[in-house]
Amino acid sequence: MSTTVSEKVPGSRAAALGPTDMVQLLDPAGVRVADDLYDPLVADVTPDVLAKLYEDLVIVRRIDVEATALQRQGELGLWPPLLGQEAAQVGSARTLRPDDFVFTSYRENAVAYCRGVELPDLLRVWRGTAASGWNPYSVGMATPAIIIGAQTLHATGYALGCMKDGVDSVAVAYFGDGAMSQGDVNEAMVFAASFAAPVVFFCQNNQWAISEPVSLQAKGRLADRPPGFGIPSIRVDGNDVLAVMAATRSALDRARAGGGPTFIEAVTYRMGPHTTSDDPSRYVDPLQREEWAAKDPLARVEAHLRAQGVLTHALAASIQAAADDVAARFRAGCLALEEPAPLSVFDNVYATPHSGIARQRSQYAAYLEGFAPDGFKK
Amino acid sequence: MTELTLSKAIGTGLRRALEQDDKVVLMGEDIGALGGVFRVTDGLQRDFGPDRVMDMPLAEAGIIGLAVGLAFKGYRPVCEIQFDGFIYPGFDQIVAQVAKLHYRTAGAVRMPLTIRVPYGGGIGAVEHHSESPEAYFTHTSGLRVVTCSTPQDAHTMIRQAIACDDPVLFFEPKRRYWTKGEVDEDFAFPMEQARVVVTGTDATVVAYGPLVATALDAATAASDEGISLEVIDLRSLSPVDFDTVEASVRKTGRLVITHEAQQFGGLGAELAASITDRCFLHLEAPPARVTGFDVPYPAARLEEHFLPDLDRILDAVDRVLGRTNSLTGWSS
Repeated sequence: MSTTVSEKVPGSRAAALGPTDMVQLLDPAGVRVADDLYDPLVADVTPDVLAKLYEDLVIVRRIDVEATALQRQGELGLWPPLLGQEAAQVGSARTLRPDDFVFTSYRENAVAYCRGVELPDLLRVWRGTAASGWNPYSVGMATPAIIIGAQTLHATGYALGCMKDGVDSVAVAYFGDGAMSQGDVNEAMVFAASFAAPVVFFCQNNQWAISEPVSLQAKGRLADRPPGFGIPSIRVDGNDVLAVMAATRSALDRARAGGGPTFIEAVTYRMGPHTTSDDPSRYVDPLQREEWAAKDPLARVEAHLRAQGVLTHALAASIQAAADDVAARFRAGCLALEEPAPLSVFDNVYATPHSGIARQRSQYAAYLEGFAPDGFKK
Repeated sequence: MTELTLSKAIGTGLRRALEQDDKVVLMGEDIGALGGVFRVTDGLQRDFGPDRVMDMPLAEAGIIGLAVGLAFKGYRPVCEIQFDGFIYPGFDQIVAQVAKLHYRTAGAVRMPLTIRVPYGGGIGAVEHHSESPEAYFTHTSGLRVVTCSTPQDAHTMIRQAIACDDPVLFFEPKRRYWTKGEVDEDFAFPMEQARVVVTGTDATVVAYGPLVATALDAATAASDEGISLEVIDLRSLSPVDFDTVEASVRKTGRLVITHEAQQFGGLGAELAASITDRCFLHLEAPPARVTGFDVPYPAARLEEHFLPDLDRILDAVDRVLGRTNSLTGWSS
């Protein structure tokens, strides 16, 4: 399909890309790169708009650092840092409409932030007070799927529902390079192509699936696979917020116009551990990490905005203050999360009354009743 | 009242559901033009169109996973798994997603899926076409598991399953698809309620799905010997209507449980443990299980040895009644 679409249509270019080519609008030094195909898609991103995106990037990084600190202080059981992937997540999520629906894995906390998830809700799972953090319908985003790749099928089904409803909402599936090996992801592409479902497959290739390099998942480029399914594919610099935004918009436009699914490979790097339980020193080459540190998603926007004269010292200071304020509220919200009531373990297993659960609940309630407040048997 | 085969009774139930709720969609392999390999969906795509009766690519995880997404969007998908042994590629989506999403989201997202599964043996089929995988699903919290044994129940229960806001595994006894019976479309009963098929006083035989008819045959044969069996059709395998079974066992003092599925860790074990727990002092003998053996489903020429039949049920009845039976004198 991608080879028959006009070269003028964004997303049709993947098949013609060379081995290292990818869409880039802002290089690592912050220099704007002209691109005939993708520039028009971000024509409305004025320096002021870019400054707001920069603020998002700073805030989500600050949130991520704070969460890691909370875990180290024993307030969270676990945290999956997104350090290095801020642009991929913010650039894509900020292009979505409220009526679009997002299905993610567990590292997409910046996506959740952009969708409007309340700060403490980001932490319920990681603090262990709830099985998930928020009502998906209130923010247009399902709570994370931890089984790798499972959510790509949900996104495809949701997209099919949008078609049936006759609306032009789009479903977006976020997943990683490791998920590309999963049957679910490959099946999702088969079904999406067959039904021309309005879904965007947004793959953050952060080079690592815990300790396994992407070379173990794929011998070639990830973006080369989807055209085999009949799905147009875009390979984009995932550390370039502007390019990610342009690529995502082209995919969304196609989906809304009835053109079906698009695959985006956002090439990025996981600068932190897989989770706070991981030890990347066992498998990451420090030189490789250094190379990627030079392609930092925040630094290039900062350099660009400074060169444009937009990011003044005053603005930088106010952005930093805003981020610190968010982090303080994030921390306070975490510590204020309520312990779940013991009998709530039985809540919501079923939507309708269930005799088996009702019996176990009443038996356990009676058992708990047998204890005095000091914890000893009455 | 109309006389229908069990498969037609399900098909008619699907038709009513499609008529009454435009959010109901059917998804499966070969369910459209072909009408399903057992013809359960015969004529439905013709009458409701390919957008509501959808042929699916051959990928069970994909079918179930897409149904999850459709449920997110407010749809009420009914998935057909072509044969029992084909459900495993979809297992992860069923147990890790379908079963848990309502719980995970604190009730915000409902999963009103129905997953239809033709199951069980007795049709001389090849491998993967005769299995009884129900215990995998009864062991999974968040799912409801039901199975029918008559055309009337098949019709009532498929409509109940589709109307239910919880995910329901709907097991269809494929060797009984051609059983005929009267169907009253308006007949209804509580979804979790077992049915006392015949009353009796000497022993309780609990069966479900394809073996209800076999248990009834056993009751008829036993009555020739002056033994009165009470036969219960569980209908719902999760949850189980223990109250109905308990009431029966308190009366008879003896319990025989039969299913085609392998014995170890199966429904029979759960029944035996729970009923022993509830009315131990009313039991005159240990509960007996008559099940498939703990071997893979065998080749067709061996299935008569694997499947519980009338004689093996009667043999177990002898045992719980303290009469000489095949295991008398057997020791490990």
